[in-house]
Amino acid sequence: MVVDSLLYTEYVDNVAPRAISVRSVEEAVVQLLRDCVRRLPPDYLAALREAEAREPSPLGRRVLRMLLDNAELAERVGVATCQDTGIPVLFVEVGQDVHFVDGSLPEALEEAVREAYRDLRKSVVRDPLLRENTGDNTPPVVHYEIVPGDRVRIATLVKGFGAEMTSAVRMLPATAGEAEVKRFVVEVVQRAGPNACPPVIVGVGLGSSFEGVALLAKKALLRPLGTPNPKPHLAKLEGELLEAVNATGVGPQGLGGVCTALAVHVESSPTHIAALPVAVNLNCSAPRRGEVVL
Amino acid sequence: MREWRLRTPLREEDVVNLRAGDWVALSGVVYGARDAAHQRLVETLRRGEPLPIPLAGQAIYYVGPAPAQEGWAVGPAGPTTSGRMDPFTVPLLERGLKATIGKGTRSREVKEALVRCRAVYLAAVGGAAALLARHIVRGRAVAYEDLGTEAIWELEFADFPAVVVNDAHGGDLYATSPPAYARP
Repeated sequence: MVVDSLLYTEYVDNVAPRAISVRSVEEAVVQLLRDCVRRLPPDYLAALREAEAREPSPLGRRVLRMLLDNAELAERVGVATCQDTGIPVLFVEVGQDVHFVDGSLPEALEEAVREAYRDLRKSVVRDPLLRENTGDNTPPVVHYEIVPGDRVRIATLVKGFGAEMTSAVRMLPATAGEAEVKRFVVEVVQRAGPNACPPVIVGVGLGSSFEGVALLAKKALLRPLGTPNPKPHLAKLEGELLEAVNATGVGPQGLGGVCTALAVHVESSPTHIAALPVAVNLNCSAPRRGEVVL
Repeated sequence: MREWRLRTPLREEDVVNLRAGDWVALSGVVYGARDAAHQRLVETLRRGEPLPIPLAGQAIYYVGPAPAQEGWAVGPAGPTTSGRMDPFTVPLLERGLKATIGKGTRSREVKEALVRCRAVYLAAVGGAAALLARHIVRGRAVAYEDLGTEAIWELEFADFPAVVVNDAHGGDLYATSPPAYARP
């Protein structure tokens, strides 16, 4: 077929693919997951310390102190910061010049989760209606993306389901504008209240399609705190949303206070002329994340 | 902030002293149970069969601990979202359960039953699971072991820190405290 021969021509014209063993991917992901369940990101801990310094609510300050002590204890002793280590979620960016060898990549990722989660709580059921525990925290949720280059980047969010269950998508109409977006984001955070284990990090997706906007909201949580969106209008929106969310008074653990969220991250994508899709994915007070590049 | 040291089983006077916003350092046996165990407890009650754990004066912690590491009684053991247990909580309160511990808001039915049955709802700090596990000095699965992670646990608390959210007088910290910090 013509199409086949075109693809073949492209292929031989370019550089040879870089071979990466799925065994090395597996090892790297085991290490990534093990570290990230036990150690919270330094940018988050810094934000937590700042919050403790400015939180006027005595209940709120006590909660923030306990969260800081918990992070210190978990890292020192080498235990999980939270018993809820989620359903493992992996974001796998594969350079198009990569060729995986020594087996199946999806199987290697599953094996890595099995190994890294061996001494953690068994939190995954095989069927949402039949509810039988898989017994080993597999299978992970894996999002693959093909990118230029010959590298593989694997990022993870280990995310408790208290916060996950408060997340929401709304397909706003095209002309809804920023005001409606803000109202929705504040509504989700306020409705979540204590259930999302605040102080939260708010991931907001804007645009794309129904399923795409949810993924944008989740990916927004991968960004380190203190790094605003590079687009000025979105960076401004992030600041305004943070202000609005913290004006709710929800506070640490919903006990009242000004530190409801430590950050709002917005990710956007082109969308349809009819719609302004919005998704909000909240991350809890143990926002575990990490990444590895091979 | 007022702080009370309490030990289970709880007496009515222990409970009625508590007010929303007080801290409690709780010791003694507390049962750990979450979704599947609650569903089974209430099905058992409906069939008129005996429950595998006592309820009078007792406390239930909504938790599914992680496996214990060497030298610990249980692994990290923070609270799970209490609202999922709402549909199963009232019949337990009516049989003498004096405290439930979790995080997050309760239904109107549960809050009314807390007043009627003289019981309290306490919140533990979600996300402080390793720290909280240090206040659990003994732990073993005592019922519904086939549920694995979701079995009923018998836990021995030692000054386990929790805050009173819903007291036996209708006080509701989640409803009253945030508005004091809200800005227009």
